[in-house]
Amino acid sequence: MNALIIIAGLGVLSLVAEIANFKKLLPSLVYAGLLVAVLILLMESDVTEGRYNNMVVFDSMAVGFTALLIVITLLWFWMAGSYFQSRVHTDRTALILFALVGGIMMTSFNNMSMLFLGIETLSISLYVLAGSRKELSSTEAAFKYLLMGSFATGVLLFGITLIYGATGELQIDRIATVMAESEMPSFFYVGVLMMLAGMLFKISAVPFHFWAPDVYSGAPTSVTAFMATVIKIAAISAFVRLFGTTFVNAIGHGVILVITVLTLIVPNITAVYQSNVKRMLAYSSIGQVGFILLLFLSNPSGSTHEIFYYLSAYAVASLTTFNVVLMMETPASGGSALENFNGLYKRNPLLANVMSVALLSLAGIPPLPGFFAKYFVFIKALEAGQIGLVMVAVLASIVGVYYYFRVIIAMYFKEPGAGMVEIPLQSKIYLAVSGLLLFALALFPDWVISIVD
Amino acid sequence: MEWIVAFLIFFPLLAAIAILIVGEAQAKGFALAASLIELIVSLYCVFLFQHNADLQFGIDVPWVTSIGLHFFVGIDGISLPLILLTTLLIPFIILSSWANNYHRSTSFYALVLTMQMALVGVFAARDGLLFYLFWEAALIPVYFICLIWGGENRAHITFKFFVYTLAGSLFMLVALIYLYLHTPNAHSFAMNDLYEAGRSLSATEQTWIFWMLFIAFAIKMPVFPFHTWQPDTYTVAPTQGTMLLSAIMLKMGIFGLIRWLIPIVPLAFAEWGITAVLLSVTGIIYASCIALVQKDFKRLIAYSSIAHVGLISGGVLTMSNNGIQGAMVQMLSHGIIVFALFYIIDLIEKRTKTRSLSELSGIRNVAPVLTTTFVIVMLGSVALPLTSGFVGEFLLISSLFKYQMIIGSVAGVTIILGAVYMLVAFQKAMSGEVNEKTSSFADLTTMEKLTLYPAVLLILVIGIYPALLLDISQAAVTQLVNSLQDLTALTK
Repeated sequence: MNALIIIAGLGVLSLVAEIANFKKLLPSLVYAGLLVAVLILLMESDVTEGRYNNMVVFDSMAVGFTALLIVITLLWFWMAGSYFQSRVHTDRTALILFALVGGIMMTSFNNMSMLFLGIETLSISLYVLAGSRKELSSTEAAFKYLLMGSFATGVLLFGITLIYGATGELQIDRIATVMAESEMPSFFYVGVLMMLAGMLFKISAVPFHFWAPDVYSGAPTSVTAFMATVIKIAAISAFVRLFGTTFVNAIGHGVILVITVLTLIVPNITAVYQSNVKRMLAYSSIGQVGFILLLFLSNPSGSTHEIFYYLSAYAVASLTTFNVVLMMETPASGGSALENFNGLYKRNPLLANVMSVALLSLAGIPPLPGFFAKYFVFIKALEAGQIGLVMVAVLASIVGVYYYFRVIIAMYFKEPGAGMVEIPLQSKIYLAVSGLLLFALALFPDWVISIVD
Repeated sequence: MEWIVAFLIFFPLLAAIAILIVGEAQAKGFALAASLIELIVSLYCVFLFQHNADLQFGIDVPWVTSIGLHFFVGIDGISLPLILLTTLLIPFIILSSWANNYHRSTSFYALVLTMQMALVGVFAARDGLLFYLFWEAALIPVYFICLIWGGENRAHITFKFFVYTLAGSLFMLVALIYLYLHTPNAHSFAMNDLYEAGRSLSATEQTWIFWMLFIAFAIKMPVFPFHTWQPDTYTVAPTQGTMLLSAIMLKMGIFGLIRWLIPIVPLAFAEWGITAVLLSVTGIIYASCIALVQKDFKRLIAYSSIAHVGLISGGVLTMSNNGIQGAMVQMLSHGIIVFALFYIIDLIEKRTKTRSLSELSGIRNVAPVLTTTFVIVMLGSVALPLTSGFVGEFLLISSLFKYQMIIGSVAGVTIILGAVYMLVAFQKAMSGEVNEKTSSFADLTTMEKLTLYPAVLLILVIGIYPALLLDISQAAVTQLVNSLQDLTALTK
């Protein structure tokens, strides 16, 4: 809870940084603030009662996911340093911090109005950030995101209203009590379905994913990295909190099943046909949601640990790949098209090696954390007797290997088309650290999972 | 002495990391030194090994408790010969690259040593999931070795290889998890628990598990009809990559059959074993026939490898003492022979710039030492008595004969066909008159002799005194076969 206040305070602080003239100090302040926030969060993790009239609850799940959100944001700040150096832009720092605040509200809400507030706080910041590059594609991405995002939030809000109408409650724990006590009218279920549709849009599950590839590839790469990691974690944890507890029996198993299968198949196959690495990564990040949905489907209320591990492994690997794409976007190295990755191993071995480790992890090759994440998916699904779905997931993984390896083959096998790629020392350290972090995640899965315990 | 297994697994990995630090100039020598230390330790391990069926030097440490993963490794009579094969061949594989100056040699040798770590791990693992982890970990280094240092069109070919084997192993993973979920209450991946879990399944379930595991192993070996990746990959890989793949890595598949397939699903095995044997034997004939018409020397050996491995897997699948013992000897023998063959082909290619048999002629006239060495290796390959090839193939064919007369006789044809294609190759390349490609052919240098002679010596030693090897695995194999016979007797 204090973490939320600290981060919101940091956001306000960075807004006044411009006026009060301590812009140069701001990055260090942000790092320190986020570090303090995560430490305080983990120290007070035994507090389980609700705060502010039970509007937010920092239970073990919320603490774990919040910690993950903050750590990934920290890594993101480190990675995206150049995004802030371009001109003045202290407001960008504030926007990111406010988005993080929204994300934390989404993981810890106990009241559906808090959920709505969280989603809006997060989304509005991102509408601006997505359009922060003064180019047509960036503006287009921001506009598309705004239109589709507001529509989805509208649907979600409509759903919340219907549920409120049926139960007279916004607190999800009390809704559960009401549901257990009395028969629900049919418009209650319409409301739940509308909330489901709104949330599926936020986690970009098929068929609600159409905005994602365009927005991801149009937005500045740093912002895309933020969207693919922090926002995805926040949205999925909100999804799990809503549909894994209160509404677990109100949604049809069949609906989620169909969506899971579609999310496993469609983006993975579409990714094969992409000739731009950034766009391929956008599809891959949708495809990864399919595996998380499969975890959720196998045991809606009992797979929080596994989803947490999956997201940690995914976020670190994904951030790393986007960082490499970012490094490739200098005039010398050409951009994020696949042919610009040709011969990267000869042009900058560190970049190529770390990119391979991250891609191998996303593909689920042992002994990297992506493998353990996939392993959790298989084991949970088999426990639930979903053998058919496991086979679909296995095939989806094999297709995944295909498109991830296209990048690896380009890097190691193709003749270099452009010159050497130079990267600053700070990025070198970051790349090495994220590579090591991936191995650490694989060596100590127990420790990672214990954060949500 | 438990540390010895942990040492054998992790020392190559540490050495690999160290190589990345020491730099290009020392990489070769450093890798060789590390692999020799590894060899000496593994020989010490053979010396300490008690000739019984028990697990020795066992280490069992929980790794990821939430998923039941234990770092559970150890050595018994079935794994020791294979670990020895790995530690024995890696120094010579490194030595075989002595004359090469690879671009980025630090990465190359680091990958070779990482591969060694994974291979030793595969053979020592007593935990199903750990086995799977090492199994996959072995794939990555060899994929990069082939991708970075391979020949023409390698991206496409090595990728096919990668996807093929990965697809197979994902099915294996699903099968292993299925078994894991059927182990008693506190689930575990420990080998004996998986055995019990597998045996408690119904016949239908066992059939599913059987095929999922069999396909994973069959792709690795490869057994017909899962072999289509193999000839291209062997041909296009750099010589050291081919050696790693053919001499050591394919034994992972056979080892998998012995350790992780037959004992787990005996019921399915009783029903479907014959189909698998038939596939293996079909592969022998099929690959031998194709080998007869190959013009590329390396490709010829690639196909001959399919034939040999078909015989080994057929023998293992008879589930008899002779079959499995024959496989143990033949795995080692085939590893050594195929290493020597690929090395000789590499030497010929380096000197003449061609591997095409029709362009080679008369090497015997200019390089007698190389020719003599080649003859001994070739005789080992065609299983002449007093060579190591004979011991293995004899045991394997006799086991197939006992299993089924007709299958045994068909499998026996492999020796004839093998002799035909090897002798034809010998005639074309070695005898006759020298031509413009071979006229300036230089004989073996000291370094090359150092690489080849130990292999030749081993082929002869194992051929003359096979008990040296057979004794190591005898007790473990007998125990395995007896336990299976008890099981099948019970079900009948």
